[in-house]
Amino acid sequence: MDARNIDYEYSRLILPVGPVHPSLKEPVNLSVTVVNEEIVDVNVKLNYIYRGIEYLAERRNIAQTIYLVERICGLCSQAHSLTFIQALEEIANIQPPERAEFIRVICAELERIHSHMLLLGVVAYDIGLDTLFMYAFKSRETVMDLLEKISGKRVHHDLNTIGGVRFDIDEDLRRLIIKELKYVKRNLDYISEVLEDATVENRLREVGVLPSKIAEELSVVGPTARGSGLTKDVRFNRSYSVYRDYKNSFKIVVLKDGDCLARVKIRVLEVYESISLIETLLDNMPDTPIRIGERILKIIKRIPVGEAISIVEAPRGQLAHYVYTNGGEGLKRLSVRTPTIPNITAVKYMLMHRQIADIPVVFSSIDPCISCANRVTVTDAAKNKTIIVNLENLRRRM
Amino acid sequence: MITGVLKSLFKKPVTVKYYTKPGVHTPIPDRFRGRIIYDYDGCIGCALCVKICPAGAILATPERKVNFYMDRCIFCGECAEICPVKVISYSKDFEITSSDRSQLTVRK
Ligand code: SF4
Ligand code: SF4
Repeated sequence: MDARNIDYEYSRLILPVGPVHPSLKEPVNLSVTVVNEEIVDVNVKLNYIYRGIEYLAERRNIAQTIYLVERICGLCSQAHSLTFIQALEEIANIQPPERAEFIRVICAELERIHSHMLLLGVVAYDIGLDTLFMYAFKSRETVMDLLEKISGKRVHHDLNTIGGVRFDIDEDLRRLIIKELKYVKRNLDYISEVLEDATVENRLREVGVLPSKIAEELSVVGPTARGSGLTKDVRFNRSYSVYRDYKNSFKIVVLKDGDCLARVKIRVLEVYESISLIETLLDNMPDTPIRIGERILKIIKRIPVGEAISIVEAPRGQLAHYVYTNGGEGLKRLSVRTPTIPNITAVKYMLMHRQIADIPVVFSSIDPCISCANRVTVTDAAKNKTIIVNLENLRRRM
Repeated sequence: MITGVLKSLFKKPVTVKYYTKPGVHTPIPDRFRGRIIYDYDGCIGCALCVKICPAGAILATPERKVNFYMDRCIFCGECAEICPVKVISYSKDFEITSSDRSQLTVRK
């Protein structure tokens, strides 16, 4: 037998990061090609946590689907159910009372605060700054307790219903929210101080840079886009609900640098804006009922056949639901586009020509939510093969 | 930053201990929804709760009453809202884990 002589290029390796990895909190696989520690290619595989929520939604009545849709994401549960309900209300031509819209937006902003605090903590943990992690989670806990006092639950609030909300914010709660938000603001001042620290700067400045031109091409959304200098925010560009009237109570935060530090700082600044918006809304709450008088089973009986798209600014960016009702209490189609889908394409660009050590922090700085981003499974029974089709491929197929 | 760290050394810990004494927790909010309380005799068997339950946690029985399966319940609170005679309510009991499934069924 001939001795075969193969010249391996030992410096070039494919490094699998994930789906189970100590520093990535999400079940995602990044196949990173490295040459001597320098990253030259990144392949993102998302298909580890497909749950089939869109399929399930087509098989139950609308009243049940509200709770199913809320469970797409654990962090943006209010955003998901708000988007879905807005679409349904448009189809059914229902106008929720004004106070209900205020409560919805207040809870959505509280949710933005706790989601941003989570990201701050996760990034801090990834760069090894556990002090900041503890501080961020301390404030996050306060906000989650507030949400529990409003709705009875910490994570999935079950707050929205067709034609209003289920729980009111009374005077005691209003005072409590204002008091606790002051405490969050104090903590936030300290957190901004820590972010000025040299350790943080060294680890985050000019890491994972996404120039605004590339960001525009990849159509990234949310804080990732705003960190690259794009003025993209659904609350301003295409405002919905109460944001229409209260556009002036908060500012859109845009930073130009496009690096991880900018993306982290944006979150801190946005929490300040959210706090000021919540305070304004709490002061101006109108005194109307919180939901229309009709029973939910009656409402779903009279929802006609129709379709609607609803777009909302979730904590991670633009979130869209396409809803197509079948006129018989159910849905014919539900399609969800979560902000992680466009944002995750930017990871490849951000990681290019960086070091291996930057992978966790760059990946968490876009605030990925992988289980929201998994879409369709195609099972080929003959070949015993499962293919997961993401939105891009689906569009090509359609 | 250093002064902040030093100050925190002497503060009371933020962490709340989970079971310092049996039965003692942090206060549970009023709107919290725990294990279901069901008034068997008051139920009129309309099965509206079976229809609305998002998790399929309520099943009707041949005696025209219902059973609640707490292992499936997501504590959304819809059944208590829809019930015409208001026989469903929620306790503050959240420690409902059990290795025996029949413990998790609310019958009477
Ligand atoms: S609380 Fe919700 S999930 Fe639980 S039994 Fe009632 S309707 Fe079903
Ligand atoms: S809705 Fe109330 S009365 Fe009707 S079956 Fe359920 S528990 Fe009984």
